[in-house]
Amino acid sequence: MGRTMASKIWDDHRVAAPEGEPDLLYVDLHLVHEVTSPQAFESLRLNDRHVRRPELTLATMDHDVPTRGGRAAADEVAERQMSALEENCRRAGIRLFGMGSARQGIVHVIGPELGLTQPGMLIVCGDSHTSTHGAFGALAFGIGTSEVEHVLATQCLRQRRPRAMAVTVEGALPLGVTAKDVALGIIARIGVEGGRGHVIEYRGSTIRGLSMEGRMTVCNMTIEAGARAGMIAPDETTFAYMKGREYAPRPDQWEAAVASWRALATDAGAGFEHEVAIDAGRLEPYVSWGTNPGQSVPVTGSVPSPSTETDERALRYMALEPGTAMESISIDRVFIGSCTNARLEDLRIAASVVRGHNVHPKVRAMVVPGSASVKRQAESEGLDAIFRDAGFEWRDAGCSMCLGMNPDILRPGERCASTSNRNFEGRQGSGGRTHLVSPPMAAAAAIAGHLVDVREFN
Amino acid sequence: MEPFKRTTGVLAPLDRANVDTDQIIPKQFLKRIERSGYGPFLFYDWRRQGGFILDRPEYQGATFLVTGPNFGCGSSREHAAWSLLDAGFRAVIAPSFSDIFKSNGFRSGLLPVELPETAVRQLIDLAVRQPGIEITVDLESSLISLPARGESSGWEADFSVDPFFRECLLNGWDEVALTLRQDADIARYESTRPGWLPISR
Ligand code: SF4
Repeated sequence: MGRTMASKIWDDHRVAAPEGEPDLLYVDLHLVHEVTSPQAFESLRLNDRHVRRPELTLATMDHDVPTRGGRAAADEVAERQMSALEENCRRAGIRLFGMGSARQGIVHVIGPELGLTQPGMLIVCGDSHTSTHGAFGALAFGIGTSEVEHVLATQCLRQRRPRAMAVTVEGALPLGVTAKDVALGIIARIGVEGGRGHVIEYRGSTIRGLSMEGRMTVCNMTIEAGARAGMIAPDETTFAYMKGREYAPRPDQWEAAVASWRALATDAGAGFEHEVAIDAGRLEPYVSWGTNPGQSVPVTGSVPSPSTETDERALRYMALEPGTAMESISIDRVFIGSCTNARLEDLRIAASVVRGHNVHPKVRAMVVPGSASVKRQAESEGLDAIFRDAGFEWRDAGCSMCLGMNPDILRPGERCASTSNRNFEGRQGSGGRTHLVSPPMAAAAAIAGHLVDVREFN
Repeated sequence: MEPFKRTTGVLAPLDRANVDTDQIIPKQFLKRIERSGYGPFLFYDWRRQGGFILDRPEYQGATFLVTGPNFGCGSSREHAAWSLLDAGFRAVIAPSFSDIFKSNGFRSGLLPVELPETAVRQLIDLAVRQPGIEITVDLESSLISLPARGESSGWEADFSVDPFFRECLLNGWDEVALTLRQDADIARYESTRPGWLPISR
């Protein structure tokens, strides 16, 4: 009986396994941001405790940073949170990539791009989309503030071993179908609770064929299926992506590291408690119609008839009638950004749709790169010019309108095509209405002024 | 963390599935750097729309919330548990919880109680039909009960809770203090970590 990749990493990180208690696991990398950490640091101070391994901790500012106008544009409370993070990191000796740093960005974008995220690691962050890092074959999951405090003080966490689920996607992706659509397709299939209590391992030729960026998008959305973590076995694509990155193993350590990473893959005889098979050939570009990410349909479809109270509520909130063709839904705003879809590849593909077009006159569209580094690279390729020429706003890196903790929010009633991950009521602004889509679909919607099938576009 | 042993109080119903953390405590209230003071912003957007069930006078001061499946899905914000605690809730009863919310509940002293869907349905109906009704949640005996009174017969259901977190809650233990005692184990583990693992300096 073999072991799954998640089990191997789990076993490798077990500091202690007391009878009847959760395992005590060692954390290789703890990512920290300004919103979920202040109370943890405060509690350490009150209890006269110190940060055990500041050098295994990295902090960034992303959730409430303004995306234009620099730090001066932050409101008073955001400023208070950013200063608190600076002060906490200074006292504890934690490296912080704050506003203005060349390495600043959304926590789940910078970990991978700096090479800090590596196969076989156990990575946590006070943020549910920590699942993103699983794309490298790491076991990565979100934690609450009490756990943040626990990790700061002990570099460990007490956890019960989750169950194992395999989602296998086979076949070539049809034209115009992206990793985001794979993710939305999976959630539409298994539901927003489908992965609860599980780690999902994504397998199959479609997954193998994805770039690291695409794999991150899929793993990122795992939390929207309710799962603890998502992961993909590391392979040549992973190693090629990692090689030479700032924090990747040094050349003299590289071979040993790669050999250990190769051994992580799930053994042939290992069993999964649940298995789901998806045929990539049947996937289409998806659009959400409701207020959770499971409520989505192919863009060629229409708003479904509600079958539950939850569906009815969602339709009321979204102001949509059953039977309405998705493509006929007009939009006011477009947001290309977030830890789901604001990496260089996402911006490239969106720019390729935008090139030579103009944003529809009644649409306000913005691009928010996932990190300062993504922004620089995009600018060096001239992507910013393509977006700006078309009428998009080109902003600084941050979470921005993914959750609207900064000034970038929807007004009540505004409808937005968004490359982010959550369409919850009010997520992008109180009363705002979010339709989750892929970057090329968001780009096409910005130009058309309504939701549109990117395959028919141009 | 305040221990949870046995508590009696008003049961308030919120008959919705997939109540996400953005609804429990909207993001504009996450900018505080304290652990307390979130109660007034609990379910802020829903309350503001008016006619919200938890605003009815009978449910004021409620101690328990009974609700639909997948409660607390979405973000990892522990502010969701803090806001419920701050508003006076000591336990949430639902068919299921998101993994992170459940963990946050245990770790902040808000007991998540999982009951079968039929039992939850009965409790929701009870709380709706007899607003202000009180139940007792006893963690020691892992029992939820409603004493028989006059016309109405009693109601009872047992639940199970992770034994580790049960102990922590019953005793109000500080998990960090427990782990700090395992320093020798942690140090031993640290000496075995591969040399290529990154350090953030
Ligand atoms: S981009 Fe959105 S989902 Fe990602 S970390 Fe920021 S707020 Fe969370």
